[in-house]
Amino acid sequence: MKVNHEHQHSFYDEMYDEHQTLRDHYSSFGAFIENTSAKKLNQLQYSADKAQMAMGMTFNVYHDKEGSEKILHLDIIPRIIPGNDWHKINEGLKQRITALNLFLQDIYNDQKILKDKVVPSDLILGSKDFLKPCMGLTPPKGIWCHITGTDLVRDNNGEFYILEDNLRCPSGVSYMLESREIIKRAYPDLFNKLGVRPVSDYPAKLLEMLQFLSDKPKPKIGVLTPGVYNSAYFEHSYLAQQMGVELVSGLDLMVKDKKVYMQTTKGLEQIDVLYRRIDDTFLDPQAFNPDSMLGVPGLFEAYKAGNIALANAPGTGVADDKAVYAYVPKIIKYYLDQDPILHNVPTFLCREEKDRNHVLENIADLVVKETNAAGGYGMMIGPKADAEEHEKFRQLVKSNPNNYIAQPTLSLSTVPSIVDNKTIEGRHVDLRPYILYGSEVEVIPGALTRVALKKGSLVVNSSQGGGSKDTWVLY
Amino acid sequence: MLSRVANSIYWLGRYMERTENYARFINVNFNLMLDLPPDLKEQWEPLIMATGDHELYKSRNLSYNMQEVIYFLAFDQSNPNSIISSISKARENARMIRENLTKETWEKLNETYHFVNKASNEKVWKKEDPRDFFEEVKSQILLLYGLADNTVARTEGWYFRQLGQYLERADKTSRILDVKYHILLPSADEVGSPLDFLHWMALLKSVTAFNTYRRLYGNISPSGVVEFLLLNKYFPRSVFFCLKEAEQCLYKISGANGDGYTNSAEKAMGELRSKLEFDDVNDIISSGLHEYIEHLQIKINNISNKINDNYFQIKDNFASQTMGQE
Repeated sequence: MKVNHEHQHSFYDEMYDEHQTLRDHYSSFGAFIENTSAKKLNQLQYSADKAQMAMGMTFNVYHDKEGSEKILHLDIIPRIIPGNDWHKINEGLKQRITALNLFLQDIYNDQKILKDKVVPSDLILGSKDFLKPCMGLTPPKGIWCHITGTDLVRDNNGEFYILEDNLRCPSGVSYMLESREIIKRAYPDLFNKLGVRPVSDYPAKLLEMLQFLSDKPKPKIGVLTPGVYNSAYFEHSYLAQQMGVELVSGLDLMVKDKKVYMQTTKGLEQIDVLYRRIDDTFLDPQAFNPDSMLGVPGLFEAYKAGNIALANAPGTGVADDKAVYAYVPKIIKYYLDQDPILHNVPTFLCREEKDRNHVLENIADLVVKETNAAGGYGMMIGPKADAEEHEKFRQLVKSNPNNYIAQPTLSLSTVPSIVDNKTIEGRHVDLRPYILYGSEVEVIPGALTRVALKKGSLVVNSSQGGGSKDTWVLY
Repeated sequence: MLSRVANSIYWLGRYMERTENYARFINVNFNLMLDLPPDLKEQWEPLIMATGDHELYKSRNLSYNMQEVIYFLAFDQSNPNSIISSISKARENARMIRENLTKETWEKLNETYHFVNKASNEKVWKKEDPRDFFEEVKSQILLLYGLADNTVARTEGWYFRQLGQYLERADKTSRILDVKYHILLPSADEVGSPLDFLHWMALLKSVTAFNTYRRLYGNISPSGVVEFLLLNKYFPRSVFFCLKEAEQCLYKISGANGDGYTNSAEKAMGELRSKLEFDDVNDIISSGLHEYIEHLQIKINNISNKINDNYFQIKDNFASQTMGQE
């Protein structure tokens, strides 16, 4: 099937270079695609769709009236990353997570970085994600961000940039794992030939990391879910199943003498480690949001007493705020005395007058984002919005500057994708690798590649019409 | 095992069995109607009576014609016991405890759910002969049982599902038998007539019992069929067999050592099982089959409540929280 190279010249394409020649790491796969009939490719795509539906790989979309379950479209053309590119990503992410972890430990304890005025105090202490109850706390083994799903993008020159540090409860790893299973069926012989690094041991590594957090020889571990109506429920149950641990909801748990127990058919059983997929402030109605129906009263007291490990630790959210993001290069320098291996996207902080004025003047060329919104909500892409929208965001920025940042419009790289069963065209992608922090920091050699399925669109979020691709990291 | 998980597995077992039995109900009635003499009107009311959904049906002001009855029992989402409601609830329970199911079980159940939904969109109840659909539902559930039988470890979860399945089946077999009670013969003289026999035969076929019955009893007689479906010790759909199996599940769950009951669920179960073990079919018929069946159903409900009290209720200082399903 032919690949349509139209519009490709203005972006970095992962598969073809500027002369529309296949890049080295895509040579076998590209040849396969070019020599395979449209009919056969559509069949492969159809089988992948069917497999997803049968697996119930669905997510729930908030604000959607029609039926709550959707499939995240999986495009069968993979995103391939050569070993040397990956090496840099690997090193860069390890560096970044190490620094962010030190940062979290510092701001909840000595606050040296604030006293040294490297990061403004009010930005941290005034953040709604700064959890005062965590002051003076060191979590088990000193680890705050056990599981991270950092978002990266690639610009015109092929350079990778960090877009977002997702330190709370990043989702999507189940898609990385299940998509691989589906795509393996589509190209059984290519995997071996290309040397694709496996990701299937992620659940085993996750379990190992969680076990590391407890000093008991056989700790009892659970995945704490908000419940079946949460958008990522599929993932919660999937991970629990793959690790062979309990999937628990707040209703299954209770705290007695600062210890956490599950209600079983044989009475109460103590639980030692929770991989919690509930937001910080919903964890414990006694310590945080009193309206929370999802959490467990007394959980935070048990955590403070050291009787339960929580991954990720409560309080990490303050470090993945979009305004704090702008300071991460300084944070790396401060704690590690190193230059960042992976760069930030240049970021204008609307809280700073100079930056703000720049944003107000150039709003039509910038992407404006709320500092603590996620999922592609609360943002405006200047070049794609009209004058009215620009003015609306100008007012928003003026009235609450602390709440906004702006970045230049990125030209995300593209990967050819099957469009409407008819053509293959480049579509914009980002990259979300997963990093585990246990006895050491480890980047899983794979990722969730999200793809904006609409022509020209830069929004890859699943809740806004994005799809996904399997990501092959080569040796 | 978590109480919430046990609760969901138990109801998964019940809803899967309910789905299959409703498919059987509709097929048995369809087969009965095919055997009617040409001058006799079709009877769909008895089916509604036997399922116990007649109050709801009456409140709808529907007539008892085939299409409306089939729609109500199979595709009406506001009927909590319809096939589409039961398979949805089975899947919803499965979704809540998916980490406890084998991959194949989940995928097959998910597929069955999509199959029923598709049939609903295609308005299968308007077909002249919709039996294929009901056969397929039956096959899919039986396939799920086969899958479970060969892939699921015999630990606590297995016994909770079996417990749900057998209790539900005991209730539904008694209801299938009750269909015959509600079907009117043209006149009292027809008792023992060829038409009457045809009814009994159709009934046996609906629970895949015809051949086994023939081998064990030979002639078709009302008391024979009643004994077979209620009291037989070996047939896996007879009420007694189901109760015996369900009782064993309870003992496996509690780990009781065989010295009798250890909790109120086991007590209620043992009581009912032993009653059936020693009841005589002639006494049942002379004192009224319909009344006997009604009594049986009340007892089965009571057992289910006791299971709920012993294993699923959130105890201690948990906030009171109802997890009731029915």
